Amino acid sequence: MAPSVVNDVSKTQLTAEEPEHCPGPESEQAGKDDACDGCANQDICSSQIPKGPDPDMPLITKKLGMIDHKVLVLSGKGGVGKSTFTSMLSWALAADEDLEVGAMDLDICGPSLPRMLGAEGESVHQSNSGWSPVYVADNLGMMSISFMLPDEDSAVIWRGAKKNGLIKQFLKDVNWGEHLDYLVVDTPPGTSDEHLSVSTYMKESGIDGALIVTTPQEVSLLDVRKEIDFCRKADIKILGLVENMSGFVCPNCKGESKIFKPTTGGGEQLCKDLNIPFLGSVPLDPRIGQACDAGVSFFEEYADSPAATAILDVVDALRDQIEISLDKLKISS
Amino acid sequence: MEQQPPRSLANVKHIVLVLSGKGGVGKSSVTTQTALTLVNKGFDVGVLDIDLTGPSLPRMFGVEKKQVFQSTNGWVPVSVYSNALDPVEKNGKTRRGNLSLMSLGFLLGDRGNSVVWRGPKKTAMIRQFLKDVVWNSGSSSKPLDYLIIDTPPGTSDEHIAIAEELRWASPIDGAIIVTTPQQVATADVRKEINFCQKIELDILGIVENMSGFICPYCAECTNIFSSGGGKALSESLNLDFLGNIPIAPKFVEFIEMQDNEENDGKRKLIDLYEECELSPIMNGVIDKILAKDLPSRI
Repeated sequence: MAPSVVNDVSKTQLTAEEPEHCPGPESEQAGKDDACDGCANQDICSSQIPKGPDPDMPLITKKLGMIDHKVLVLSGKGGVGKSTFTSMLSWALAADEDLEVGAMDLDICGPSLPRMLGAEGESVHQSNSGWSPVYVADNLGMMSISFMLPDEDSAVIWRGAKKNGLIKQFLKDVNWGEHLDYLVVDTPPGTSDEHLSVSTYMKESGIDGALIVTTPQEVSLLDVRKEIDFCRKADIKILGLVENMSGFVCPNCKGESKIFKPTTGGGEQLCKDLNIPFLGSVPLDPRIGQACDAGVSFFEEYADSPAATAILDVVDALRDQIEISLDKLKISS
Repeated sequence: MEQQPPRSLANVKHIVLVLSGKGGVGKSSVTTQTALTLVNKGFDVGVLDIDLTGPSLPRMFGVEKKQVFQSTNGWVPVSVYSNALDPVEKNGKTRRGNLSLMSLGFLLGDRGNSVVWRGPKKTAMIRQFLKDVVWNSGSSSKPLDYLIIDTPPGTSDEHIAIAEELRWASPIDGAIIVTTPQQVATADVRKEINFCQKIELDILGIVENMSGFICPYCAECTNIFSSGGGKALSESLNLDFLGNIPIAPKFVEFIEMQDNEENDGKRKLIDLYEECELSPIMNGVIDKILAKDLPSRI
């Protein structure tokens, strides 16, 4: 299936490129803003008034209603291990046979999750009930744009508005089955369209929270602070922060090196400063990368490695956080 | 449709983009090193950071607290290094060039503030960067030798915007593609190369970053993120391979201990970098690019 299907979902079909400062064809200001004067789309946008609430929202909320826990994996910085951690979390949760787990890849321009979960080259099937996810284990399904690309190398050169259309469709049309215990959502770096869209669309059905991934060095923490600021603005609860790639133990001499030096105290200090839970740190291990390239579960291959233990500790701490927040809800209601 | 190159580029000889489909592979780090190496070779260099939601370059160059000023001609980029005080010939080496930087990081109130912008706003910001920044070398009106543009990961709004803006600015030297060795990264980088081909942007070559880590205790080299991915990628796509850059914790350390507003009185990054083991490697990479002898825009 070609990704061109997505054209059909953006309700407002524009005849020209949106101008600078476009208020957004779906927004209240569409067709009325200063920027709309002289825009070729002005008639189209203004004819869509009244706007009102997005008619797709109830559908999304209903669809997401059958998912118990929704966790976003976020980081302002790229390459810190968001996808790696999403795959680890998914494998770890799916190791419990009683849980149904879904993993969704919202990194549209650089989807990595299919390879890490060993689902590369698969394709998505469409039926009356929606798009069926690709199952990598009996209780672990996943969805990514890479299943819809004609060729592995083809670039997805999409502006934000088009990406939003696909994200909406992922939330609305993917058929996860009757019930899902966990949906883990992998995101691209930054604080832009994808992040705004997913938080807006999922708001009504409730997001359990976000797992923030960072590496120890200040250059990375700098961007992660921005992501935390975003979560606060968007009212997303932060379940905790995990520091990845912290320290490396030489396989030859067992000497430990801090490759990405935590000159400003690393993730732990950041958590103290911003008062968010620190879930733990995971050391660098070349075998994690190898497991991700091969698309196999790191825990099954190297169950005894210190990195595997560290990751499982983080997963446990994360589940504790999710359950704590649920308990609070029960007491208050 | 305007068919003029953006105004700020009228005084720029060479334009180089640093691209990668994958995040965190070291685009900003390679940008920094490319700029330092070119300055050490005597070129006047400007760096433009179009990673709007995660600008890292102000930190990399140790100028986080500096500000951008508005002049009658437009925005004046932050000066990172000025050769005004340099002797003309220093220890038989060529005189260094000047280095200036423009980034959205300078325009934010607090360093922890997030920039939560959708596409159209990002596009507008990039247009403004290309229109309003005054690039020149130091105080003179001499043209800038190199403008290096650092990008965010992906192939989306920022990339489309910069491609559109640069459409009439040819000839552009091209793009340095940065990757790390593992397949997960090269898969995304292939997409970026596909993007370059679609927008007809020349590729100067591929740099493999984080390729191997030499243990400081036993000198054993471990390929943390596997190895050879960059070379294999360039061979399979018939592109130039510019070199392997190993993981060097020292470089990260230099970034943090350089003369910035926090540790005053320390040494400048450009001096520290000359002692870094990455410096000769990067020299080789840049020499390969300079050997192409690409035509100047002006």
